[in-house]
Amino acid sequence: MSGVWVVIEDKDGRVSRASWEAVAAGQKLAALTGQPVNAAVLGAQTEALAAEVASKALGSVVRIEHPLLAVYTAEGFTLALQQFIEQESPTQVVFPHTYQVRDYAPKLAARFGQALICDVTALADGPVFTRQLMQGRLNGSYRPTGNGPCFVSVQAGAFRHEDIIIADVQPGSSAVSVFTPAIEPAQIRTRPSERFRGAEQTVDLGAAQRIVGVGRGIKDAANLPMIQALATALGAELGASRPICDLGWLAMERQIGSSGQTIAPKLYFALGISGAIQHLVGIKGSQCIVAINKDPNAPIFEAADYGIIGDLMEVVPALTEAVKAAQQ
Amino acid sequence: MKIIVAIKQVPERDAQIRIDAAGKWMDESGLQWALNESDAYALEEALQLKEKHGGEVVVLTAGPERVGPTIREALAKGADRAIHIDCADLNKLDALGVARFLAAAIKPENPDLVLTGLQSDDLGQGQTGVILAELLGLPHSSLILHVDKTDSGLTVKRELEEGWFQLIELPIPAVLTIQSGGNKLRYATLMGIKRAKTKEVRVLPAAELAIDTAPVVILERVTLPQKQKSTQMIPGSPKEAAAALVEKLKFEARVL
Repeated sequence: MSGVWVVIEDKDGRVSRASWEAVAAGQKLAALTGQPVNAAVLGAQTEALAAEVASKALGSVVRIEHPLLAVYTAEGFTLALQQFIEQESPTQVVFPHTYQVRDYAPKLAARFGQALICDVTALADGPVFTRQLMQGRLNGSYRPTGNGPCFVSVQAGAFRHEDIIIADVQPGSSAVSVFTPAIEPAQIRTRPSERFRGAEQTVDLGAAQRIVGVGRGIKDAANLPMIQALATALGAELGASRPICDLGWLAMERQIGSSGQTIAPKLYFALGISGAIQHLVGIKGSQCIVAINKDPNAPIFEAADYGIIGDLMEVVPALTEAVKAAQQ
Repeated sequence: MKIIVAIKQVPERDAQIRIDAAGKWMDESGLQWALNESDAYALEEALQLKEKHGGEVVVLTAGPERVGPTIREALAKGADRAIHIDCADLNKLDALGVARFLAAAIKPENPDLVLTGLQSDDLGQGQTGVILAELLGLPHSSLILHVDKTDSGLTVKRELEEGWFQLIELPIPAVLTIQSGGNKLRYATLMGIKRAKTKEVRVLPAAELAIDTAPVVILERVTLPQKQKSTQMIPGSPKEAAAALVEKLKFEARVL
């Protein structure tokens, strides 16, 4: 049993950023354990994607190819990877922690009597894997003790794709081969449709230069006008963490985070937002982050440039006045 | 339809978290507990499906004695009965071990549908439902916002990344993990709370299920995250802090 394998996902036909980050994590893991790192791509036609992966100095690249893998299904991907892993006996299998991976990797790991170590943010000698607990308020160190392959998914942004070690090789020098799994149509019981967008977007938070985001800390929809007043004074768009949109207090299109919009403003205010990772990944691109929260231990302060610990009901009106005064 | 909803009791959202003396878990003394948020949405979906199509809603949970009030809350909202896997050291199990317990309790019930929340607010692994599908040999779909029953099974609305969605058809029996926000949650009525007291809660001692739960992944240590970014905390009264912040945004960060 040997080798680290990274399972690559594409975005619009190209290797996704999260997948390159998984490659970086795979290389780090391989370096710790003194093994080669390899990559696998899955689909019905994977030649171009495999060629893109093979531009990096990896041990080998495998195209796991089958007509029934044209569209993602948990059962199809699990079967294909199961057969490949049985043949290859890797030590570790690394995934990007995407919605798709969350849908099948736990199933794949269970098939080998293993448990996926998911959403990993760091790894150390052992290997020991760090992941967040309690919505980012604690870190947990996990050690695999099983005999089979170890399955790991890595959090978006935790490993930098700029850190991928590119040895002195010509592009395309990794060996590319094809693996054909045996899959029968009857083994896939789910029928996915084409993906579609929700209601038409009327706000483009992605392009906004200033954004005021609200979270559970506002307690009541009746407090929204107070937040809006600050946004107006700043000339900012209003955004929100998921719970606010789930409650229907603001439209879904104003949701910031992994399931909503990714923002990159010059200035972002996080008001009463605790800072769950799903929100943090959406605000990473902000130039300056201000957090106001009554809980001094809220993870949002970890991401912020400036912080005020206090009650929104008191701080926000004071801030609106101060912004107005500064503009005069 | 017979629907089993797997739920979890987790520390309340605003709970003050302390690490225990051994550094291996949270200090649970003095913690307040609540029903995991996405599990509440899974329960709501199950109750709405029962209202439309008839059948039975059974809640299932694993945990020590303290999970009792969370079970009663689910029963008060309208679940018909409950199964409680009595298991003292849930946090020593890995995701596979927990799912094996739950699967052992689900199998003899032969449900048409198994629902669970997308992920727990404490461990946040989001694996229980997907592993359950594997252990039960059932098809599944995750991150589900809406469930429609059709003649041949189900059509579900799955959330994808960045504001995309997808419809998926699948036969029943099946397992679905439910995303928060798809429905409006109901509150327990006084009548519901009263009725809950008489509903059946079957306690299954973990030992009786004779499941191999030797962990393949061990949580070795729990620590506080180290600060990586230097955050400037601005002290003072709300008025002072607001004025100081605006100064800094204007002249230091130059973003105003």
